Amino acid sequence: MIEVDHLTKNYGLVAAIRDVSFSVSPGQIVGFLGPNGAGKSTTMRILACFMPASSGVARVAGYDVFRQSMEVRRRIGYLPENVPLYPDMRVAPYLDFVAEVKGIGRSERRRRVADVMDRCMVADVQNRLIGKLSKGYRQRVGLAQAIVSDPEVLILDEPTIGLDPKQITEIRSLIKSLAGQHTVILSTHILPEVSMVCGGVIIINNGVIVAQGPIDTLVEQFFPTSRLEVEIVGPPSAVRERIRAIPGVLSVQDQAPANGAARYTIEAARGRDVRAEIFQLAAQQRWDLLELRRVGMTLEEVFIRIVAGEESADGSVEKSVGEAAP
Amino acid sequence: MRIWPIFKKEMRLYFTSPVAWVVLTIFLFIAGYFFSSIFNFFSQASIQSAMNPAMGRELNVTDSVMRPLFSNISVILLLLMPLVTMRLFAEERRAGTIELLLTYPVRDGAVLAGKYLAALALYTLMIGLTALYPAIVVYFARLELGPVLTGYLGLLLMGATFIAVGVFASSLTDNQIVAAVTTFGALLIFWILGWSADYAGGALGRVLQFLSLLEHNDSFSKGVLDTKDVLYYVNFAVLALFLTLRSLEARRWKG
Repeated sequence: MIEVDHLTKNYGLVAAIRDVSFSVSPGQIVGFLGPNGAGKSTTMRILACFMPASSGVARVAGYDVFRQSMEVRRRIGYLPENVPLYPDMRVAPYLDFVAEVKGIGRSERRRRVADVMDRCMVADVQNRLIGKLSKGYRQRVGLAQAIVSDPEVLILDEPTIGLDPKQITEIRSLIKSLAGQHTVILSTHILPEVSMVCGGVIIINNGVIVAQGPIDTLVEQFFPTSRLEVEIVGPPSAVRERIRAIPGVLSVQDQAPANGAARYTIEAARGRDVRAEIFQLAAQQRWDLLELRRVGMTLEEVFIRIVAGEESADGSVEKSVGEAAP
Repeated sequence: MRIWPIFKKEMRLYFTSPVAWVVLTIFLFIAGYFFSSIFNFFSQASIQSAMNPAMGRELNVTDSVMRPLFSNISVILLLLMPLVTMRLFAEERRAGTIELLLTYPVRDGAVLAGKYLAALALYTLMIGLTALYPAIVVYFARLELGPVLTGYLGLLLMGATFIAVGVFASSLTDNQIVAAVTTFGALLIFWILGWSADYAGGALGRVLQFLSLLEHNDSFSKGVLDTKDVLYYVNFAVLALFLTLRSLEARRWKG
């Protein structure tokens, strides 16, 4: 649904994005991640036909964003960063204006606007001036204008920024409900959000794509080990050694001991579940096992590893993805 | 071309914000003041000429009331119109709303046309409301309708040019004040070009005189409808609008 092929955008001598390629299949929700200034907004602006790329091709719904811009624009809903709206317009007339500009007929428009106001929970402020609304409401009006035409593709730049936790949950479930009929690409700073909402992820840093794919695959690729945290009362050195001896365990590290108990972080080969063996070992040695917990590797750790690794590895992209091992 | 929704949106913005109301009020107040003082002066002159028939032969209500009124109104417009047009693109750019507007399925030309026509509609309303003044004159005296109509046509064409220049200036910046000052400066320069024509003389003088915005409006209020004047305003406006389209396109590439 979205195909981006070797896209480059220069601002003067500075390249905002370099040779960016990715694709998003229909009905998918993809998270677009990257530190500030990585080129997320630039990419999204190109996809939304706001500005042309310096080189490369981007296609949305099969149409070239530069050559067939009108066809693309008919099929997208776009929410730019900072949610630019007209402060001197009222919510319902504003959404009606957007629907009309997007070519929806009069009778259909009334229904769509009412529907979208319900879905985005802004119906209660429909007669208020947009400038007088709170940030949360404005954000939702912005989202409403993006989906009012029921577009095939949604391009959302930081859709949950500035919302309170309850609103964030609501907007997330709204976005999630769009999956299937709509293809969504959304950028965000909140990494857990991506794991919650998105099926796939694209990570961009310094204008280049550094990783992409389904979240599970990425986590596995970057962390080929599984991690356990245990808390055991027993002689630390013996505990360390005995656990180390369990087949499949790659490393044992102890953390700050307290009250005679010590916490250990155990790395084991992925696919090896050593929890039962640790329990048996503790029972056999008559150590008190206070806690035994599997620690999931999060996207956040992947992200930090990639972005930090990028900086130390002097920007050799493919390598950091290829190596992947810790 | 989806001009209509853009036009409606701009009109809504003019009238939900105080802009249109303030402009209309101030404009009608000043224009009304000019009209009443000119008309008063004329009626006093009429009374005096009742004693002096030779003087009365010179009196002509069309020439001594409407013509100065049109010329005064055009000066007010020179000051006010930059404030009407300054918002059109500069504010969209400052607020970032242009990013949404230019990604909707409308061509830049339709956006421009919608905005331009909205400002022109507000302008037409402004000068339309001054039709009350000739109506008052008609009640008291015999007014020639022809020169009044050409006078209004002249105002309309001149205003259309002012707005085109204003829209162009507004597309160049994201600061409304800069847009207004630029418009005002450009209009003023074209306004006063005719003055230096007198000193320049010769071919240069004729060129300068031809370029002057004021010069072309004067013949309309005399009742002269000359294609040269009509074409001057139309060309001026079209050129400014064409430059606006180019400026919008250039902004896209710069990002």
